[in-house]
Amino acid sequence: MSIATTTAVSLRGIKKSYGEGEARVTALRGVDLEVRSGELMMLVGPSGCGKTTLISVIAGILDADEGACSVFGREMHALSGSSKTLWRGATLGFVFQAFNLLPSLTAAENVAVPLLLRDVPRARAVERATEMLARVGLGDRARSRPNQLSGGQQQRVAIARALVHEPKLIVCDEPTSALDHHTGASVMELMREVALGGDRTLIVVTHDARIFSYADRIAAMDDGQVTKVVRSSNEL
Amino acid sequence: MNFVALAMLVGDRAKYIGILIGITFASLLITQQSSIFTGIMSRTYAAITDLPTPDVWVMDEKVQYIDDLKPLQDTELYRVRGVEGVEWATPLYKGLLKARLANGNFQSCVVVGVDDATLIGAPIEMVQGRVEDLRQNDAVIVDEHSATGKLARVLPDGSRAPLRVGDALEVNDHRGVVVGICKVSRTFQSQPVIYTTFSRATTFAPRERKLLSFVLAKAKPGVDPHELCARIQRATGLTAHTGEDFKWVTMRYFLKYTGIPINFGMSVLLGFLVGTIIAGQTFFNFTLDNLRHFGALKAMGATNWRLVKMILLQALLVGTIGWALGVGGAAAFGRLTANTELAFRMPWQLLGVSGGAVLIICSISALICIWKVARLEPAIVFKG
Repeated sequence: MSIATTTAVSLRGIKKSYGEGEARVTALRGVDLEVRSGELMMLVGPSGCGKTTLISVIAGILDADEGACSVFGREMHALSGSSKTLWRGATLGFVFQAFNLLPSLTAAENVAVPLLLRDVPRARAVERATEMLARVGLGDRARSRPNQLSGGQQQRVAIARALVHEPKLIVCDEPTSALDHHTGASVMELMREVALGGDRTLIVVTHDARIFSYADRIAAMDDGQVTKVVRSSNEL
Repeated sequence: MNFVALAMLVGDRAKYIGILIGITFASLLITQQSSIFTGIMSRTYAAITDLPTPDVWVMDEKVQYIDDLKPLQDTELYRVRGVEGVEWATPLYKGLLKARLANGNFQSCVVVGVDDATLIGAPIEMVQGRVEDLRQNDAVIVDEHSATGKLARVLPDGSRAPLRVGDALEVNDHRGVVVGICKVSRTFQSQPVIYTTFSRATTFAPRERKLLSFVLAKAKPGVDPHELCARIQRATGLTAHTGEDFKWVTMRYFLKYTGIPINFGMSVLLGFLVGTIIAGQTFFNFTLDNLRHFGALKAMGATNWRLVKMILLQALLVGTIGWALGVGGAAAFGRLTANTELAFRMPWQLLGVSGGAVLIICSISALICIWKVARLEPAIVFKG
């Protein structure tokens, strides 16, 4: 597993809280982390440790209360709301735990959504989406709707959707938690094989220890902080 | 993204149909009730619009609407004729008299007496017979609806047969012979309309000192009818309206002094409210069900404006289809009831009214959804 050396994501002293007064909950207590370009970084830790909040900050979905978040050299706090949304659409791909495929669209149409959001004509977008589905082994299911696909196939469609617009960073939230071990392993293999090409970076949030071996590095989190960054699950 | 918006909407069949039902119901009720209201209103002034020939209607200054009869002295006819700019002026009798039917029953009828010489005031469209036959002895012309309905003959076996040319009837103890059947608008109270000459109508009517209901006048070429009305009022002290103005005077009276507008207004308002609630709630539920998807779209780079456009497109689609179904239903209802006593009139302006109401319903529904989606935190997609 080769690891590039340029920085994709840089986090310095990231703090984030929710709520006000007595109901205030601190999710991140000063996170420092560097994700290198071209690597697959896993964020692991128990439920409620702040993993999801951290990828939300990295993805520009949530604003940090304090600290600096830089993604491919761009400071997140410097971007306004709509420009951050547009930047996200161009730079990031997402793979969600619940797949979040639109049930009324075919697999190809679902994969085409990121392109449609960038105003690529529908026919061209669906054509590229079909090509991407072929790359994830679902070339023959382009016209299937999500409810006609297995969980593993749906996640493959979601991976194709995350890749179709050639983003530089893919953020995955518990991509295997809804899948059995075998399917989860094949999804992770696919991610390494297809998604991790070129300088593309993957950040995977998971607490599924069975897939830790697919990571280049693992950042362990606990109580809103990154406690250590290791190269192998054996070091955790 | 338009097709994504439409696929999201149509893909959820139950909610899509629910929203459509709400809007269709509102559109149907608003259009149908408004059409009945318009139909009733148009019957209040039907006697005026059925008579397009005269430019000016002259009447007692206290007359408030077409059926508010305050007869004039016969000499007023000559005074009107003497006003500069009057091409011609003719008398018109209008009264409510009892007709005795063959079976012995009595039926109140509107009797219209038209100028003996010119027959100005007579019906324009004849179904049977000729207007000129009014000059025959005891001649009357009966409206088509009554000939087949309230004035129809009762046969020995109890069945009813339409009144025909040559049949006789009794008007206020005076013999009348039907010489024609005409086509005129139904009256507000759906009474039969019987046309005869002015002189014969005055013999039908109970003996009174004054029997001239209206003077119908025509302006000379180049004379503005409104100006002629003013001249007639100055010269005679009577009230003069153009046909169009008299129509509005009559309609305003009914709008102001009867419960018709408020009764129909309540129905229309109810349709609007129920439609808004059903469509709004279903549309909102649809949005709630799709929050995760909207959140995913936001996470993937959809701006609020793009999502607003998607929601507006969805609202526009269901609004247009629901409105069309409702208006179509109302039109079908009107068609099915065309030959009944029901007053139903659906001018194109009503399509605009119901379209506007549906637009408001959809806008309210869409605004609620837009408010929800605009405030949506895309981080929702990371919650399993």
